[in-house]
Amino acid sequence: MRRERSALAAILPFLWLAIFFAFPFLLVAKLSLSDAALAMPPYAPRIDWSQGLAGVQAFLAGLDGETYARLTQDRLYLDAYLSSLRLAATGTLILLLIGYPIAYGISRCPPRLRQALVMAVILPFWTSFLIRIYAWIAILKPAGLLNVVLAKLGLPAVDILNTETAVLLGLVYAYLPFMVLPLYAVLDRQDETLIEAAQDLGATPISAFWRVTFPISLPGAAAGALLCFIPMAGEFVIPDLLGGSDTLMLGKVIWTEFFANRDWPAASAVAIVLLATLTIPILLFERQQAKVLR
Amino acid sequence: MSGRPQSPRPQIGGIRETFAPWADPQARPLVRFDGVSKTFGDTTAVDDVSVSIYEREFFALLGPSGCGKTTLMRMLAGFEQPDAGRILLADRDIQADPPHRRPVHMMFQAYALFPHLSVAQNIAFGLKQQKMARDEIAPRVEEMLSLVRLDGMGKRRIDQLSGGQRQRVALARALAPRPRILLLDEPMAALDKKLREETQFELMALQQTLGMTFMIVTHDQDEAMVVADRIAVMREGRIVQVGRPAEVYEAPADRYVAGFIGDINLFEGRVAASENGVVRLVSGDGTFEAEGTGPVGETAWVAVRPEKIAVHAEPPQQGVNTLAGRILDYGYLGDWTTYLVEIAPGRTLRAARANATRATDRPLGCDDPVWLTFATSSAVVLTR
Repeated sequence: MRRERSALAAILPFLWLAIFFAFPFLLVAKLSLSDAALAMPPYAPRIDWSQGLAGVQAFLAGLDGETYARLTQDRLYLDAYLSSLRLAATGTLILLLIGYPIAYGISRCPPRLRQALVMAVILPFWTSFLIRIYAWIAILKPAGLLNVVLAKLGLPAVDILNTETAVLLGLVYAYLPFMVLPLYAVLDRQDETLIEAAQDLGATPISAFWRVTFPISLPGAAAGALLCFIPMAGEFVIPDLLGGSDTLMLGKVIWTEFFANRDWPAASAVAIVLLATLTIPILLFERQQAKVLR
Repeated sequence: MSGRPQSPRPQIGGIRETFAPWADPQARPLVRFDGVSKTFGDTTAVDDVSVSIYEREFFALLGPSGCGKTTLMRMLAGFEQPDAGRILLADRDIQADPPHRRPVHMMFQAYALFPHLSVAQNIAFGLKQQKMARDEIAPRVEEMLSLVRLDGMGKRRIDQLSGGQRQRVALARALAPRPRILLLDEPMAALDKKLREETQFELMALQQTLGMTFMIVTHDQDEAMVVADRIAVMREGRIVQVGRPAEVYEAPADRYVAGFIGDINLFEGRVAASENGVVRLVSGDGTFEAEGTGPVGETAWVAVRPEKIAVHAEPPQQGVNTLAGRILDYGYLGDWTTYLVEIAPGRTLRAARANATRATDRPLGCDDPVWLTFATSSAVVLTR
């Protein structure tokens, strides 16, 4: 009885993964190997269950990598990939530069203030993500808050809405908590006597930071960077609302293929390639985490 | 007292008699705390402490937790600033020096080893900070590793080490840059009893070989007694007594020190006479004689350690310092047997006897009538 229960407990997570991850993934993978068709749903082949095993065989024979070949022929896809990865990488770098001092500052505060500041980092989540991005439109538009303030200060107006700058700004704003929280977690957990030990052995406070605090916090920085980089590379809402038509990002390409062109296989193929690209940094991270744990 | 020897009393504390710079008025102390006080909020952690520590001394700060001993040590390391008073290192006020400029290194209680560095890198940390040449660092690290008997372990990660090994890495790391004084904050608190005893002797040997000055903070009186040249007993932020382990044990300054270090039997009474260095005290348990001086007519205490009380099965001839009683309980400890003797209803004394023979059948047992005696020179008079 007990053994059965523990076996169930072991199986449940796998079941969960199978239902909510593996199955949808297989659907998308299958779609990416299909061809677009004027039908409902708009792709072929489909399994004809009435034919039995022959139907499945016919379906499998109909699958091909043609869509992937198409991705390599059109510059649009490659450009979208590169600009997505470039924007995500730039955003991650900026997030590290902004997020690290914030996380470090919070971790050095007295405990009660620390809790309040962590709350402040999480607070934006209480408002809808969409509304917060819309708010940025109001700030960045030509007659928006930013330009009003700049005019008051006697500075020339800027028009950055619908540019990559606006997208970067939006990405950094939206993902900052995901960078700050894992960094804060490692910095807060760090034993303060390590800093004292470093200073005791002749390290100035700055040198103690670079020789002790910083290297020990690197796993947190890696976690934060991945938590931000991966979803940013596939981000759709921010480039769509703040980037205008100039900004080419994969999220938008997938959306356009799926909804505007009704080319489900192309959308799926782009998604699969994105997933494959992002798996590499994830695996690197896993390996590094395993090393830390060992 | 005609039977007392006229020759000068033997110096208390037989070992390392020759090393006593604190007794030499010409000697310059290495560290001098001068009227140092420190308060945290409402609590006074350190209260007007003045004490000197000398070159090559092994100095122990002993007291219960919260007595201010750690704060005193942290002020020397530079992690806390005194509210009043000065701390001098080699005759120089180090008040303004931040921790990283003080030639004082500390071995932390939980070791505070750097988890991202190897054993060798941990030991080299302070050397790199001193900008020591790279080709000098490696041999020094090797030297430190063999000093703490961790040869060949330099490449290990910290989490691959046992507790005892970590402790030795921490020791090597603090010693490598050759500090003027090494501070040890409860260095053996995390070790088991056996390892602790071994380490105590290793630490003493190390201090002798290196000829360095060590200051240890501990709440364990046995540890302080074993390792230290001098012990400062602290209570509520103040130093109650400073002296050699034997002085602190055999001639405690007051009842607190007497009770904190070892077991003690106390007789409270009134001083009837005080002459020739012997006090006669009249107490509810009888009249006792003990070495010392006391104000006649005032309250005082005669204190005597359990091992200095002899337990007899027959009434002794001697009249002074004799008590009759009944064994209430006893504990056989292998090397010692301790007796709990009731001398009056509800009034018990402790006596201890070395088990000098292998006889397993002890002549004394529970409820046996016994007589307790102690020599005048074995007891001391305490006025506080």
